[in-house]
Amino acid sequence: MDQFAVKVFIRLRPSVLDPAGEATKSASIKLGAEGIKSLRIGKMIEVKIEGNGENEVREKIDLLCDRLFANTVIEDYEYSLEKL
Amino acid sequence: MDNFTVGIVVFPGSNCDRDVSWALEGCLDIRTKYLWHESSDLTDVDAIVLPGGFSYGDYLRCGAIARFSPLINALDEFVKSGKRVLGICNGFQILTESGFLPGALVANKNLNFICDDVELDIVSSKGGWFNNGDEKQTIKLPIAHGEGRYHCDSDTLKKLLDNKLIALRYKNNPNGSSFDIAGITNEKGNVLGLMPHPERACDETIGGTDGLFTLKSLILK
Repeated sequence: MDQFAVKVFIRLRPSVLDPAGEATKSASIKLGAEGIKSLRIGKMIEVKIEGNGENEVREKIDLLCDRLFANTVIEDYEYSLEKL
Repeated sequence: MDNFTVGIVVFPGSNCDRDVSWALEGCLDIRTKYLWHESSDLTDVDAIVLPGGFSYGDYLRCGAIARFSPLINALDEFVKSGKRVLGICNGFQILTESGFLPGALVANKNLNFICDDVELDIVSSKGGWFNNGDEKQTIKLPIAHGEGRYHCDSDTLKKLLDNKLIALRYKNNPNGSSFDIAGITNEKGNVLGLMPHPERACDETIGGTDGLFTLKSLILK
Protein backbone atom coordinates (compact mmCIF):
# COMPACT_ATOMS: atom_id res chain seq x y z
CA MET A 1 0.00 0.00 0.00
CA ASP A 2 1.23 3.46 -0.84
CA GLN A 3 0.38 6.49 1.22
CA PHE A 4 -0.39 9.86 -0.32
CA ALA A 5 -0.86 13.38 0.99
CA VAL A 6 -3.62 15.11 -0.92
CA LYS A 7 -4.51 18.79 -0.85
CA VAL A 8 -7.95 19.56 -2.21
CA PHE A 9 -8.78 23.16 -3.15
CA ILE A 10 -12.44 24.10 -3.38
CA ARG A 11 -13.52 27.39 -4.92
CA LEU A 12 -16.86 29.02 -5.50
CA ARG A 13 -17.54 29.01 -9.22
CA PRO A 14 -16.80 32.37 -10.86
CA SER A 15 -20.53 32.93 -11.46
CA VAL A 16 -21.33 32.67 -7.74
CA LEU A 17 -21.08 35.88 -5.75
CA ASP A 18 -18.66 35.56 -2.81
CA PRO A 19 -19.80 38.09 -0.19
CA ALA A 20 -17.16 36.93 2.32
CA GLY A 21 -14.49 37.56 -0.30
CA GLU A 22 -15.96 41.00 -1.02
CA ALA A 23 -15.97 41.89 2.70
CA THR A 24 -12.36 40.74 3.06
CA LYS A 25 -11.37 42.70 -0.02
CA SER A 26 -12.94 45.79 1.50
CA ALA A 27 -11.04 45.21 4.78
CA SER A 28 -7.80 44.67 2.84
CA ILE A 29 -8.20 48.04 1.18
CA LYS A 30 -8.92 49.64 4.57
CA LEU A 31 -5.68 48.09 5.83
CA GLY A 32 -3.89 50.04 3.16
CA ALA A 33 -3.16 47.27 0.66
CA GLU A 34 -3.27 48.70 -2.82
CA GLY A 35 -3.90 47.11 -6.16
CA ILE A 36 -6.27 44.30 -5.12
CA LYS A 37 -8.40 43.56 -8.15
CA SER A 38 -10.24 40.51 -6.88
CA LEU A 39 -10.38 38.46 -3.71
CA ARG A 40 -12.30 35.22 -3.36
CA ILE A 41 -12.32 32.78 -0.47
CA GLY A 42 -12.23 29.02 -0.86
CA LYS A 43 -11.48 25.96 1.24
CA MET A 44 -8.54 23.62 1.44
CA ILE A 45 -8.89 20.06 2.70
CA GLU A 46 -5.84 17.94 3.55
CA VAL A 47 -6.23 14.18 3.34
CA LYS A 48 -3.77 11.40 4.03
CA ILE A 49 -4.91 8.32 2.20
CA GLU A 50 -3.65 4.81 1.40
CA GLY A 51 -4.17 2.92 -1.82
CA ASN A 52 -2.64 0.65 -4.43
CA GLY A 53 -0.95 3.26 -6.53
CA GLU A 54 -1.80 6.76 -7.65
CA ASN A 55 -4.63 5.83 -10.01
CA GLU A 56 -6.63 4.08 -7.29
CA VAL A 57 -6.12 6.99 -4.92
CA ARG A 58 -7.17 9.48 -7.59
CA GLU A 59 -10.39 7.53 -8.10
CA LYS A 60 -11.15 7.72 -4.39
CA ILE A 61 -10.37 11.43 -4.20
CA ASP A 62 -12.46 12.16 -7.31
CA LEU A 63 -15.42 10.44 -5.66
CA LEU A 64 -14.91 12.34 -2.39
CA CYS A 65 -14.61 15.67 -4.18
CA ASP A 66 -17.59 15.12 -6.42
CA ARG A 67 -19.96 13.70 -3.82
CA LEU A 68 -18.91 15.32 -0.56
CA PHE A 69 -16.10 17.88 -0.45
CA ALA A 70 -17.57 20.15 -3.13
CA ASN A 71 -21.08 20.92 -4.28
CA THR A 72 -20.52 21.15 -8.01
CA VAL A 73 -23.62 23.29 -8.43
CA ILE A 74 -21.71 26.16 -6.84
CA GLU A 75 -18.11 25.01 -6.46
CA ASP A 76 -15.14 23.81 -8.53
CA TYR A 77 -12.33 21.71 -7.12
CA GLU A 78 -8.79 20.67 -7.93
CA TYR A 79 -6.22 18.75 -5.95
CA SER A 80 -2.55 17.99 -5.71
CA LEU A 81 -1.19 14.62 -4.69
CA GLU A 82 2.14 13.73 -3.15
CA LYS A 83 3.42 10.20 -2.48
CA LEU A 84 4.75 9.88 1.06
CA MET B 1 -57.22 10.45 7.96
CA ASP B 2 -57.31 9.80 11.71
CA ASN B 3 -54.07 7.88 11.67
CA PHE B 4 -52.26 10.13 9.26
CA THR B 5 -48.81 10.67 10.75
CA VAL B 6 -46.19 13.21 9.79
CA GLY B 7 -42.60 12.17 10.49
CA ILE B 8 -40.36 14.99 11.70
CA VAL B 9 -36.71 14.22 11.11
CA VAL B 10 -34.31 15.04 13.93
CA PHE B 11 -30.64 15.47 13.11
CA PRO B 12 -27.97 16.42 15.61
CA GLY B 13 -28.36 20.20 15.46
CA SER B 14 -32.00 20.38 14.33
CA ASN B 15 -33.76 23.07 16.34
CA CYS B 16 -37.17 23.59 14.73
CA ASP B 17 -38.37 20.00 15.12
CA ARG B 18 -40.45 20.85 18.19
CA ASP B 19 -41.89 23.96 16.56
CA VAL B 20 -43.10 21.85 13.64
CA SER B 21 -44.58 19.31 16.03
CA TRP B 22 -46.33 22.05 18.00
CA ALA B 23 -47.77 23.58 14.83
CA LEU B 24 -49.00 20.25 13.44
CA GLU B 25 -50.28 18.73 16.68
CA GLY B 26 -51.37 21.85 18.56
CA CYS B 27 -52.75 23.97 15.75
CA LEU B 28 -53.87 21.41 13.20
CA ASP B 29 -54.50 18.25 15.22
CA ILE B 30 -52.24 16.23 12.92
CA ARG B 31 -50.34 13.39 14.54
CA THR B 32 -46.53 13.58 14.42
CA LYS B 33 -43.64 11.29 15.13
CA TYR B 34 -39.99 12.22 15.56
CA LEU B 35 -37.65 10.27 13.31
CA TRP B 36 -34.03 10.07 14.43
CA HIS B 37 -31.73 10.55 11.44
CA GLU B 38 -30.16 7.13 11.92
CA SER B 39 -33.47 5.41 11.32
CA SER B 40 -34.36 4.28 7.84
CA ASP B 41 -37.76 2.82 8.65
CA LEU B 42 -40.39 5.12 7.15
CA THR B 43 -43.25 2.64 7.14
CA ASP B 44 -45.19 4.38 9.94
CA VAL B 45 -45.27 7.82 8.40
CA ASP B 46 -47.38 9.27 5.62
CA ALA B 47 -45.46 12.52 5.05
CA ILE B 48 -42.13 13.90 6.20
CA VAL B 49 -40.86 17.27 7.37
CA LEU B 50 -37.16 18.11 7.37
CA PRO B 51 -37.12 20.93 9.91
CA GLY B 52 -34.85 23.93 10.30
CA GLY B 53 -31.70 24.08 12.36
CA PHE B 54 -28.02 23.43 11.92
CA SER B 55 -27.73 19.73 11.13
CA TYR B 56 -24.21 18.52 11.90
CA GLY B 57 -23.26 22.06 12.83
CA ASP B 58 -23.53 23.11 9.17
CA TYR B 59 -20.03 21.66 8.78
CA LEU B 60 -18.55 21.68 5.28
CA ARG B 61 -21.76 23.18 3.79
CA CYS B 62 -25.29 23.45 5.19
CA GLY B 63 -26.98 20.09 4.70
CA ALA B 64 -23.90 18.43 3.20
CA ILE B 65 -23.33 15.88 5.97
CA ALA B 66 -27.01 15.24 6.70
CA ARG B 67 -27.33 14.00 3.14
CA PHE B 68 -25.44 10.84 4.09
CA SER B 69 -27.71 9.83 6.97
CA PRO B 70 -29.63 6.53 6.69
CA LEU B 71 -32.89 8.45 6.78
CA ILE B 72 -32.05 10.60 3.77
CA ASN B 73 -30.96 7.46 1.91
CA ALA B 74 -34.39 5.99 2.59
CA LEU B 75 -36.10 9.17 1.43
CA ASP B 76 -35.57 8.43 -2.25
CA GLU B 77 -38.07 5.59 -2.29
CA PHE B 78 -40.49 7.60 -0.13
CA VAL B 79 -40.43 10.49 -2.62
CA LYS B 80 -40.75 8.17 -5.62
CA SER B 81 -43.86 6.67 -4.05
CA GLY B 82 -45.45 10.12 -4.28
CA LYS B 83 -45.58 10.83 -0.54
CA ARG B 84 -45.05 14.41 0.50
CA VAL B 85 -41.83 15.88 1.84
CA LEU B 86 -41.49 19.41 3.17
CA GLY B 87 -38.03 20.86 3.78
CA ILE B 88 -37.95 24.06 5.80
CA CYS B 89 -34.80 26.23 5.93
CA ASN B 90 -32.04 23.73 6.80
CA GLY B 91 -34.44 21.09 5.45
CA PHE B 92 -34.46 22.93 2.11
CA GLN B 93 -30.64 23.00 2.17
CA ILE B 94 -30.60 19.24 2.77
CA LEU B 95 -33.01 18.66 -0.13
CA THR B 96 -30.78 20.58 -2.54
CA GLU B 97 -27.57 18.97 -1.27
CA SER B 98 -29.08 15.52 -1.70
CA GLY B 99 -30.39 16.27 -5.18
CA PHE B 100 -34.14 16.06 -4.47
CA LEU B 101 -34.38 19.70 -5.55
CA PRO B 102 -32.12 21.57 -7.98
CA GLY B 103 -29.79 24.47 -7.14
CA ALA B 104 -28.00 25.33 -3.92
CA LEU B 105 -28.28 27.70 -0.96
CA VAL B 106 -25.30 29.90 -0.21
CA ALA B 107 -24.36 32.72 2.16
CA ASN B 108 -26.70 35.71 2.16
CA LYS B 109 -25.50 38.52 -0.05
CA ASN B 110 -25.04 40.90 2.89
CA LEU B 111 -23.45 38.17 5.05
CA ASN B 112 -25.93 38.87 7.85
CA PHE B 113 -28.03 36.27 9.57
CA ILE B 114 -31.46 37.64 8.71
CA CYS B 115 -34.30 37.16 11.18
CA ASP B 116 -37.40 38.94 9.92
CA ASP B 117 -40.90 38.64 8.55
CA VAL B 118 -41.01 38.71 4.76
CA GLU B 119 -43.72 39.17 2.17
CA LEU B 120 -43.88 36.38 -0.37
CA ASP B 121 -45.67 35.99 -3.67
CA ILE B 122 -47.23 32.63 -4.29
CA VAL B 123 -46.10 31.79 -7.82
CA SER B 124 -47.17 28.23 -8.49
CA SER B 125 -49.90 26.02 -7.14
CA LYS B 126 -47.93 22.90 -8.03
CA GLY B 127 -48.48 20.24 -5.37
CA GLY B 128 -51.18 22.30 -3.68
CA TRP B 129 -48.79 23.61 -1.01
CA PHE B 130 -50.15 27.17 -1.08
CA ASN B 131 -53.53 28.75 -1.22
CA ASN B 132 -53.63 30.75 -4.40
CA GLY B 133 -57.17 29.92 -5.28
CA ASP B 134 -58.42 33.36 -4.31
CA GLU B 135 -57.23 36.96 -4.60
CA LYS B 136 -54.69 36.62 -1.83
CA GLN B 137 -51.52 35.78 -3.71
CA THR B 138 -49.21 37.16 -1.03
CA ILE B 139 -48.36 35.73 2.36
CA LYS B 140 -46.13 36.82 5.22
CA LEU B 141 -43.79 34.32 6.85
CA PRO B 142 -40.75 34.60 9.13
CA ILE B 143 -37.26 33.87 7.84
CA ALA B 144 -34.19 33.12 9.96
CA HIS B 145 -31.10 32.16 8.03
CA GLY B 146 -27.52 33.06 7.21
CA GLU B 147 -27.25 30.90 4.12
CA GLY B 148 -30.50 31.26 2.24
CA ARG B 149 -29.43 32.78 -1.05
CA TYR B 150 -30.83 30.45 -3.68
CA HIS B 151 -28.43 29.93 -6.55
CA CYS B 152 -28.78 27.99 -9.78
CA ASP B 153 -27.41 28.23 -13.31
CA SER B 154 -29.46 29.73 -16.13
CA ASP B 155 -30.45 26.34 -17.57
CA THR B 156 -31.84 25.25 -14.21
CA LEU B 157 -33.69 28.54 -13.81
CA LYS B 158 -35.26 28.07 -17.23
CA LYS B 159 -36.33 24.56 -16.25
CA LEU B 160 -37.84 25.88 -13.02
CA LEU B 161 -39.76 28.53 -14.94
CA ASP B 162 -40.87 26.27 -17.79
CA ASN B 163 -42.16 23.60 -15.43
CA LYS B 164 -43.69 26.01 -12.93
CA LEU B 165 -41.52 24.73 -10.09
CA ILE B 166 -41.00 28.08 -8.39
CA ALA B 167 -43.43 28.10 -5.50
CA LEU B 168 -42.57 31.31 -3.64
CA ARG B 169 -40.73 34.54 -4.48
CA TYR B 170 -39.64 37.27 -2.07
CA LYS B 171 -41.35 40.60 -2.67
CA ASN B 172 -38.25 42.41 -1.35
CA ASN B 173 -35.41 39.97 -1.86
CA PRO B 174 -33.59 39.96 1.51
CA ASN B 175 -30.66 37.66 0.72
CA GLY B 176 -29.77 38.02 -2.96
CA SER B 177 -31.51 34.84 -4.14
CA SER B 178 -31.59 34.26 -7.91
CA PHE B 179 -34.92 35.41 -9.33
CA ASP B 180 -36.07 36.23 -5.74
CA ILE B 181 -36.66 32.52 -5.17
CA ALA B 182 -37.78 31.55 -1.65
CA GLY B 183 -39.17 28.08 -2.33
CA ILE B 184 -39.36 25.48 -5.09
CA THR B 185 -40.96 22.10 -5.72
CA ASN B 186 -39.82 19.03 -7.61
CA GLU B 187 -41.47 18.21 -10.93
CA LYS B 188 -44.03 15.91 -9.37
CA GLY B 189 -44.93 18.56 -6.80
CA ASN B 190 -44.70 16.24 -3.79
CA VAL B 191 -41.45 17.78 -2.51
CA LEU B 192 -41.36 21.41 -1.40
CA GLY B 193 -38.30 23.22 -0.07
CA LEU B 194 -38.52 26.76 1.26
CA MET B 195 -36.38 29.07 3.39
CA PRO B 196 -39.27 30.77 5.28
CA HIS B 197 -40.72 29.04 8.34
CA PRO B 198 -44.44 28.23 7.98
CA GLU B 199 -44.42 26.52 11.40
CA ARG B 200 -43.69 29.89 13.01
CA ALA B 201 -46.81 31.42 11.49
CA CYS B 202 -49.57 29.16 12.75
CA ASP B 203 -51.16 31.19 15.53
CA GLU B 204 -52.39 34.81 15.65
CA THR B 205 -50.80 35.30 19.06
CA ILE B 206 -47.33 34.86 17.57
CA GLY B 207 -47.92 37.11 14.60
CA GLY B 208 -49.90 35.34 11.91
CA THR B 209 -51.39 32.20 10.45
CA ASP B 210 -50.11 32.28 6.88
CA GLY B 211 -48.11 29.10 7.48
CA LEU B 212 -51.09 26.94 8.35
CA PHE B 213 -52.12 26.17 4.78
CA THR B 214 -48.73 24.73 3.84
CA LEU B 215 -48.51 22.49 6.90
CA LYS B 216 -52.10 21.38 6.48
CA SER B 217 -51.40 20.44 2.88
CA LEU B 218 -49.03 17.70 4.11
CA ILE B 219 -52.09 15.50 4.38
CA LEU B 220 -52.97 15.89 0.68
CA LYS B 221 -52.63 12.77 -1.39
